[in-house]
Amino acid sequence: MAVSSEIQAPRSGRVAPKYTRHGSSRGNFEMLAWLFMRVSGLVLVVLIFGHLFVNLMVGEGVHAIDFGFVAGKWADPFWQIWDLAMLWLAMLHGTNGVRTIINDYADKDGTRFWLKTVLYAATAVIIVLGTLVIFTFDPCPPNAAAELLPSFCPAP
Amino acid sequence: MTAETVEPASKVELAPGVGGGGEIPSFDITLKVRRYNPEVSEEAHWDDFKLTMYGTDRVLDALHKAKWEHDGSVSFRRSCAHGVCGSDAMRINGRNRLACKTLLKDLDTSKPILVEPIKGLPVEKDLIVDMEPFFQSYREIMPFLINSGHEPTRERLQSAEDRERFDDTTKCILCAACTSSCPVFWTDGQYFGPAAIVNAHRFIFDSRDDAGDMRLEILNDKEGVWRCRTVFNCTEACPRGIQVTKAISEVKNAVLNRKI
Repeated sequence: MAVSSEIQAPRSGRVAPKYTRHGSSRGNFEMLAWLFMRVSGLVLVVLIFGHLFVNLMVGEGVHAIDFGFVAGKWADPFWQIWDLAMLWLAMLHGTNGVRTIINDYADKDGTRFWLKTVLYAATAVIIVLGTLVIFTFDPCPPNAAAELLPSFCPAP
Repeated sequence: MTAETVEPASKVELAPGVGGGGEIPSFDITLKVRRYNPEVSEEAHWDDFKLTMYGTDRVLDALHKAKWEHDGSVSFRRSCAHGVCGSDAMRINGRNRLACKTLLKDLDTSKPILVEPIKGLPVEKDLIVDMEPFFQSYREIMPFLINSGHEPTRERLQSAEDRERFDDTTKCILCAACTSSCPVFWTDGQYFGPAAIVNAHRFIFDSRDDAGDMRLEILNDKEGVWRCRTVFNCTEACPRGIQVTKAISEVKNAVLNRKI
């Protein structure tokens, strides 16, 4: 029997395929995502508590909230920017959090891909829709049924 | 990092006068061992061993007794049996520990003592797991001194402060208790794991080493330090008391400071 002169390294090539890393990833995406979570979290604490305070506690508080209140706020660019920042940061912060959870808990690549596709689609729809509403909100849309409109709208 | 690791207080007090050559108290325990033998069955099951053990015995002694006196087919790894080689990390009552450092009297001996293989690595037989994926990650972070300067004729000198910087992470014995306690590693085994990062930390913060940037670049990977969720399971599992989560955070900060 021929004896091989080459001795294999012990246990060489024995790593179960599940553990083989799918190539190394270049780029700083995960680092930036990690940093974004911390920075956006801090900014959101200020934005959300400011939002709650102004809407629920200042003046008449929660009883003052109606179409007119929202329209009044969004007539001011300051609150437009405030709410826009809150919308974008909260959506991206939440999406990144759920993305992390999907990465951690989905154990098949296919499951992971589809869950993330649904997540990103939902995020995109909400961000686009929300941004649109902030800049185009009209408390008295034309051609709306009169009983749905607030009292201050001019009669059609 | 400077604080000494304090051993947990003993739950069973040995009577005064015991020790010092006196009689050692004995008690009965039930040892439940997770058995798996792919040559017999793909299903794992529990085996109970009723043993009379002594106040000075460790879980490893109970395993020895089970193997030597009851069932010779019980399989587990151990080498030095004194907490140095890191061979006998296993899940004891749901916690990753070294069998040779866990005294039976510190566990609840009124209930069965559960002994399982560490999680997240493929089980080969009984308590023996395939450690290759673990060592693969360890090799990837280049756990050796890289110095591009001239090789000195004497030893490479270092100040006490520079040595102190990475003292905690030199204590690792590669037992895999931390990596196999990490829920992120359990998912898909892709994450580098705490042990690899601890050993990278040991060289990244070593003033004599020149390849810190290379190691930080490796750990900036999608499966690198950013998958750490600061669960702290690793810190709790480490039989050497290494502040593992803290070391991982220091590596995260080092990657950030290098890039920004």
